Amino acid sequence: MTQQGVRWTAEQVLALAPDDASRKAGSRLGAAGPWSGSGCDGTGAVWGLCAGSGEQPYRTVVDTTGPAFLCGCPSRKFPCKHAVGLLLLWTGGEAAVPEGVAPDWVERWLDARRRGGERGGRDGTGPAGGTGAVADPEAARRRAEKRAGRITSGALELEQRLADLLRGGLAAAERPGYGLWEETAARMVDAQAPGLAARVRELGAIPGSGPGWPARLLEECALLHLLDRAWLGRDVAPAPLAATVRSRVGVPAAPQGPAIRDSWQVIAQYDTADAKLTTRRIWLYGRESGRSALVLDFGAAGRAPSVALPVGLAIDADLTPYPGAGQVRAALGERYGTPVPAGGPPPGTTTAQALERYGRALLDDPWLDACPTTLTEVVPIPPQGDAERWQLADVKGALALPVASGGVGRAGLWKLLAVSGGSPVTVFGECGHRGFTPLAVWSEGATEAVALT
Amino acid sequence: MDGDGEPKGATTAVSPPWEELVSAALLGTDRRPAAGTPEELLDTAAIQTVRRRAGLVPASAAGRPPAAPPDPRRAVPRAARRRLAQLLADRSAPAHAGGRRGTAPDLGELLPQWLALANERGMRAPAALLPALLDAARARTDLRPGALTFAGPRGLWLARHNPEWRFALRGASGSTALPDPGDTAGVQRLWQEGLFAERVAVLGAVRAHGPDAARALLAETWSTERAEDRLLFLDSLRDGLSAADEPFLEGALADRSRNVRATAAELLSALPGSALAGRMARRAASCVSLDRTGDGAAIAVEAPHECDAEMQRDGIAPRPPGGRGERSWWLGQLVESAPLDSWPARLGGRTARAVVALPVTDGWGVELHAAWCRAAVRQGNAEWARALLGAPSQPPGEGAGTGSLAERAKLLSILPQEERAEWVARFISAHGLSEAFQLLGVCVVPWAGALGRAVVDALEIARDAGSYPWSFSGVMGLAERCLDPSESPRLEALTAAPPEREGASPGAGSYWAEAFRRLVATLSLRLAMREELDACPPR
Repeated sequence: MTQQGVRWTAEQVLALAPDDASRKAGSRLGAAGPWSGSGCDGTGAVWGLCAGSGEQPYRTVVDTTGPAFLCGCPSRKFPCKHAVGLLLLWTGGEAAVPEGVAPDWVERWLDARRRGGERGGRDGTGPAGGTGAVADPEAARRRAEKRAGRITSGALELEQRLADLLRGGLAAAERPGYGLWEETAARMVDAQAPGLAARVRELGAIPGSGPGWPARLLEECALLHLLDRAWLGRDVAPAPLAATVRSRVGVPAAPQGPAIRDSWQVIAQYDTADAKLTTRRIWLYGRESGRSALVLDFGAAGRAPSVALPVGLAIDADLTPYPGAGQVRAALGERYGTPVPAGGPPPGTTTAQALERYGRALLDDPWLDACPTTLTEVVPIPPQGDAERWQLADVKGALALPVASGGVGRAGLWKLLAVSGGSPVTVFGECGHRGFTPLAVWSEGATEAVALT
Repeated sequence: MDGDGEPKGATTAVSPPWEELVSAALLGTDRRPAAGTPEELLDTAAIQTVRRRAGLVPASAAGRPPAAPPDPRRAVPRAARRRLAQLLADRSAPAHAGGRRGTAPDLGELLPQWLALANERGMRAPAALLPALLDAARARTDLRPGALTFAGPRGLWLARHNPEWRFALRGASGSTALPDPGDTAGVQRLWQEGLFAERVAVLGAVRAHGPDAARALLAETWSTERAEDRLLFLDSLRDGLSAADEPFLEGALADRSRNVRATAAELLSALPGSALAGRMARRAASCVSLDRTGDGAAIAVEAPHECDAEMQRDGIAPRPPGGRGERSWWLGQLVESAPLDSWPARLGGRTARAVVALPVTDGWGVELHAAWCRAAVRQGNAEWARALLGAPSQPPGEGAGTGSLAERAKLLSILPQEERAEWVARFISAHGLSEAFQLLGVCVVPWAGALGRAVVDALEIARDAGSYPWSFSGVMGLAERCLDPSESPRLEALTAAPPEREGASPGAGSYWAEAFRRLVATLSLRLAMREELDACPPR
């Protein structure tokens, strides 16, 4: 099997679709009916003509090494249903989309794209240090100082508000019409501290989160206070901690340091969305370096983030970490070749080791909610009797991690249970103080991951 | 970490003030000055929080579920698995708005077929797709039998954990625990002690294995069963009914329950050699005779004047439903229960076809023919079914035989498959599609070549006649599910929009092209489904 010969699975294709509607529309187009002139080549390009409602069929082409998409349709979704449908057709094999020579219109786009690709990262972040593109370092420094000043006054204001809240008592936060959080979050946005704003907004959800909310609210208020104090004292903190504080507060930073080239296994990809922003989280595991990395991408309301990686495959790529102690976030750089099937799951741990690792990670970053974790030989236990939460229990011993509520969703948990069938499985997920959020599962001895998101 | 997320063990021991901190924070430092300033409270809480999180320990595990029983069936090939995921993902797609469906296949409609193909091949459901499969079966009862067979033991195991999938356990709880029909002790135990559904299941299994054993089982407890149970148990004799069942059924004719009596009579009348059938034949014969008074032979009917106790004992219902005369009601039941083989002798040695062709005096023809239709279906008599169906080219309502589509559909269903398809094909060639829907429904899938061609030709004729395709959406939908995929090359030519013609409905041509494109797409999908399932299994 050559690298280029690997066709993705339908699941991998569907994972690229920006939303449910596109998945459905794309699935309908994933049959030979509307397509003509479809083909693919050894460089990872897939193309075809799709009959639409108009006179002319739409020209659709996908560069699977990106992946990148182009389609003549007017859809603003990305990738559009035609691209999804074409890739689904391609997953069907040689009969549906044969290997061939790319027609001119495909070749032109590929050339333009790949020439552009050589100039730098497509997301504009590129490897830092290599660009040196800052036009006026002095002006940039002044802007950074000005911003830091604004954040400092924001942090002071936030401290004042937290103190007021604690003076009057957290009970006030439960009163109907208690509107402090939205207003405070807006003030933090004005202060150019989006990290603080996001945390403040999360505080607003806690009083409605069920029994035990005062303890959770106190925890989060305390950590917010800790972050405020850390920002104000960042000049005396060790450099890695200061970087962590800056990133938690929301000061933009370019990824730094040498890129890590590895065969990055794409373990999970999932989106969370609020009214304004869709956040895509992609977990990668370096098959050679043994590192875990998180690639984040964002889309404005209603639009899907543009980075999409095929879950279950491994990509040969450069990854550049962001600054900060214990950071797993990284930026995706140059990619080489086409994705290949990844082997089995990353090496894993027991439930106790997983919590121990999370505890140690808090040394570097006390604001860390969860860290990427692979549990081996665990059995999912559905809620029974009065219990409401799922558990992941070591197959040997009597210990278990509760599954974080509201993490992966009901469908994912049932899928997890179905794959396990009561037998031990390997589970990748995020492990932290809220519990374990399972994201992918391998049945015993299987190399192919089942995505739970 | 225990169930409610509170840490325990070391952390609670080391930090007793946490609960106090929370209550101080809740009330506020103004009311709890002992907690210090708000800043001091937050400082302490921050330390505690990080310490609590860093010191988290696992909870104790709840009872692990027992492992799912193994499923020895073979795995679904990889491409077929993807296809199933796609079909399941699409099932919740909204129904097609308006009359227009576009060119894309309706994947949800193909799901039953996919399941049937996989079950035919003895395949096991991919574990990861079980939840979606159970959800689909929950929403669509028509999917349940196929989906549950495919889901197998692991599907049942999974359903036990989720109340939303309880439906899966209802039908299956009996069948999983069913003893082997040869295991006399096991059968006896379940028959004596089982729940009603389990007893029905075990009776059916034993009946399929040996009809006599099942009857013996039933006879054991018959007198102590409740009336509604007796009815359902009796109904299980329908499969594998034979002359050996007659004594038992004769006994049931004296049952306390009217419904049990009626069912026993119906079963006996389906046995042409039974005493009841003989009695019915004599009664019916006394009402129907050859009338030679006119120019040619005809059938004269003299309906019964009363429904006596003997007739009622043999299952004749004395009270007609509203709007029907008593005498014709009794006649219909008599003729329906009389063996068809008794008529040629009674009516001058004629064949079934000749009997059906005879004119019937005084307007009794419809009544008599309808009763014969019911008799042919009940007795599974293909010769009479052919005679009563008449020629497919014959316009409904004219000439011999029945013109009713419902009766024709029933009669067709007892003919051999090929003959059925041939008959319907000729019907469609003669009359077009507007009345064919019901008849197509009894044909075997995929449609035989001649039938498929007749349907496609008729669709083309309908298009050329200038109507809109959604007037034929029922047949079009059936064609998508039932046409043999090998027909699709013939259809390619129809996918181009024909030039608009005078008198045609505006835009109809392009709508037809769209409908045919969808048909072709669906057929190629069905072909792909089949090929994927027949592909080499994954490593």
